Amino acid sequence: MQNHFDLFGLPPSFSIEGETLERSYREIQSQVHPDRFANAGDAERRASLQWTTRVNEAYRTLKDPVQRAKHLLELNGVDVAFETNTAMPAEFLMQQMELREALENAKDSSALDQLRKRLRQEKSSMERQIGDSIDEKKDYDGAAGLVRKLQFLDRLDEEIDSAYEEHD
Amino acid sequence: MALLQISEPGMSPEPHQARLAIGIDLGTTNSLVATVRSGVPVVLPDANGRPLLPSIVRYVDSRKVEVGYAAQARQSDDPKNTIVSVKRFMGRGVKDVAHLESAPYDFVDAPGMLQLRTAAGVKSPVEISAEILRVLRERAELSLQGNISGAVITVPAYFDDAQRQATKDAGRIAGLNVLRLLNEPTAAAIAYGLENAAEGTYAVYDLGGGTFDISILKLSRGVFEVVATSGDSMLGGDDFDQRVFCWIAEKAKLAPLGARDMRLLQVKAREAKEYLTLHGEAAITAKLSTGEFVDVVLSTETFCGITQTLVQKTLGPVRKALRDAGLSVEDIKGVVMVGGATRMPQVQRAVGEFFRRDPLNNLDPDKVVALGAAMQANVLAGNKPQGEDWLLLDVIPLSLGIETMGGLTEKIIPRNTTIPAGRAQEFTTFKDGQTGMSIHVMQGERELVSDCRSLARFELKGIPPMVAGAARIRVAFQVDADGLLSVSAKESTSGVEASITVKPSYGLADADVERMLRDSFDHAREDSHARALAEQRVDGQRLVEATRSALSADEKLLNEEERAAIEQAMTNLQKLLAGTDHRKIRQAVEALNRATDEFAARRMDAGIKRALAGRKIGSL
Repeated sequence: MQNHFDLFGLPPSFSIEGETLERSYREIQSQVHPDRFANAGDAERRASLQWTTRVNEAYRTLKDPVQRAKHLLELNGVDVAFETNTAMPAEFLMQQMELREALENAKDSSALDQLRKRLRQEKSSMERQIGDSIDEKKDYDGAAGLVRKLQFLDRLDEEIDSAYEEHD
Repeated sequence: MALLQISEPGMSPEPHQARLAIGIDLGTTNSLVATVRSGVPVVLPDANGRPLLPSIVRYVDSRKVEVGYAAQARQSDDPKNTIVSVKRFMGRGVKDVAHLESAPYDFVDAPGMLQLRTAAGVKSPVEISAEILRVLRERAELSLQGNISGAVITVPAYFDDAQRQATKDAGRIAGLNVLRLLNEPTAAAIAYGLENAAEGTYAVYDLGGGTFDISILKLSRGVFEVVATSGDSMLGGDDFDQRVFCWIAEKAKLAPLGARDMRLLQVKAREAKEYLTLHGEAAITAKLSTGEFVDVVLSTETFCGITQTLVQKTLGPVRKALRDAGLSVEDIKGVVMVGGATRMPQVQRAVGEFFRRDPLNNLDPDKVVALGAAMQANVLAGNKPQGEDWLLLDVIPLSLGIETMGGLTEKIIPRNTTIPAGRAQEFTTFKDGQTGMSIHVMQGERELVSDCRSLARFELKGIPPMVAGAARIRVAFQVDADGLLSVSAKESTSGVEASITVKPSYGLADADVERMLRDSFDHAREDSHARALAEQRVDGQRLVEATRSALSADEKLLNEEERAAIEQAMTNLQKLLAGTDHRKIRQAVEALNRATDEFAARRMDAGIKRALAGRKIGSL
C-alpha cells in the first residue's frame, strides 16, 4: 500500500508537525496542481489530476488523527476494523451514553458549546494515549482499541454539529 | 530577402508572449468581463463605456436576440420573451424553482432542466446564458483586438454539480475555451487579497442577485486556501425585491396581476430597494395596464421589517461554515463583502454585528468577482512566471455519495474536501445470484435520498452470479478542479466495468450541447467549419508550445528514442497546423498527447522530488 508519510518526506509517526506537513503539501501542490497545467496537453493534465488527487487524499489522511492512526496501524499490519470490531469496554460505553444524553438535553447553543468543550478535552486526551501507544510503546493492537474509541468521539462531535444546525 | 512574419491574430509567435485571457462574472442580475492589462486587472466596458451587462436576454423573433440594456428596456412590454435572472434556472427542474408562479414565463418541464418557450422557440437556460456570454466574448475580442485564448467563468461556491455543468456547457456554446470554473467568493478573495497583501483568515460574504455564498479562506503569501464554504443557491437580492413586490401588491390591494404588470411592479420594487440604500423612504408609483394607479411609500423601517428573515437566513450558513472550519468569530481577521445586495444597510449591519467588526467594503462589490476571475485567468493562461503566481486550493460545497439499501445515502466525498479529490468505496450485492447493480449518485448533506439532489443513475451489468455479499463492487468518484464529478464502477473479481461522467439527470447530454452549438452557428451565421478549424489550431498550437517548453525543461528524463518519437509527433502536428483539415489536426493532437503520456508522468514525479528535496535542503 502507499505510504502517505513517504509522499511528504515525513517519518511515520502519530505525532507530526503540522507546519512541516503543511509546507510539504503546498510545495508539492505548487508542482502538480492542475492550475499549473491549464495550457498543457491531455497527458500532463491527466497526470496532474491523478497526482493532485493523491496528494490531497494523503494530506487529508495525515491531518485527521483517526485516519492518520488507522494508516499507521495498517502500515504495521494492524486492521482497525471499525465495522467489525464494535466491542467497547463497559466503562467507556457508560460514559458515551452519558454524553449522548447530555446532547439530547442541550437546549441552546451555549449548552452545546459546553458539551463540545468537554468532548474536545476527551478527544485530545485520547489522542495523547494513541501517540503514546504507537510512537513509544509500539503497542499497535492496543492502539487499535483507542482509535476505535476516538472514532466514537468523532461521531458524537458530528452529532453536535447537526444539533447546532437544528438550532440555527 | 527574408519575408517578415505575421502571426495569427491573438496567437503569439513567441511562447512567452502574453495570451489573451478573460474572467467572466456571469451574475444573476449583471454580468461583467475583465482582463489583466499590463499587470493590472480591468473591467472591459461596452462601446458606451458601461461596465455592467444586465443579465437579460430578449428573444425578439426567431432570428433576433437582444442582450443587456436593450432587453432590459423592453422587459415590461415583452415579459414572456425577456428572460431575467436566468441563472436561477441553471441545472434546475420546474419543481426546484421558488416563486415560479410570479415568473411571467412559459415554462416547459423537461427532464432534468426546465426550459422556456419564447418567440425563438423552446430555449434551455444554458442557451440563454450562452447569449450573455457571447456578448461578453465579443466585447472582449473587440476591446483586446484578438482571439481570446481562454476564459475563467465564476459560479457561486454553493452551486451543485448540475449547475456547474450547465455553466460550463453555456461557455462552450458561446465559443469560449473555459479554462476553469472558479467559485465567486474565491475570485473575490484573490482580488481583495492581492490588492491588500492580506494575510490571515478571512470570510467572504457574497450576497448576489440570486445566490448567497459564505467562504472562509486562509490567505498567506502565494496561497489561497478555502477552508470551508456554505451558502444557499436560492437566496439573493431578487428575494428582497420579491418581498417588496408582495408588500406593494398587498398595500395597494391589487387583484392578481398579468405578466406585464407583474414585471412592471417587480422593476419598481427593485428600484425602491436600491433607492433605500441612501435614502430614508422610497415613493413607488406606477400605472397598471388595468388603469389602476399604484402610489405607495416604503420606509426604511418597513423594508427592514419585511426582509429581516432573509437577512437572518444568511447567518445560518455563516455559522455552519465557521463550524466546519473549526473556527470562531474571533479567528476571522476581516469580512469581505461581495455582490450588489450587500449594499443594503441592514445586511452590512447584520454582518458587522455577527462578526463584531466593520465589514470590508473598499472594493466595488459588483466588480471584485470579475477582477479576481481575470487575475486567475491570467495565471492559468501561463502569463505569470512561476514564483509570481499563486496556488489556489478550493473545496466542494456539498457532499457526494450514492444510494444504498433503504433509501439512505452513503457519503463518499464529504463537503469541504479540497479538490481535485477522488475516493473509492466497495459495495456488495444484496441477493444471491444478483447480476446487476443500479448506482444512484447523490449530492447533499441529508441522510435520506429523498432530501438530496439526484445527479445521475447508471447500471453496472454482467456481474457473475455469486452468493449475496460475495461480489466486490468498487465505485470510484473523481472531482476535477472545476468541481465536476465523474463516477465509475467496477466489479473486482470479474473486472466488469461501467463508467459515466455525471451529466444525464440534470445537465445536458453531449448531443444536446452539440445541437445547441450548431444552432448557435446558424444563428450567428458563423461558419462552423472555420470555427472548428480555428479552435483546433489554437489547441494544437498550445500543445506544441507546451511540449516544447516541457522538452527544454526536462529533456534529460527521456532517452534518445523517446525524445525522437515525441519530436516526430510534434513535427507532424506542426505541419498539419498549416493546413485546413481540422480533423487531421485533432488526430495529430491526440497522437502527440499519447506520445507524451509517459513523459508527463515522469515530469510530475520529478516535480515532487524537487519539491521535497528543496524542503530538505532548506531545513538543514
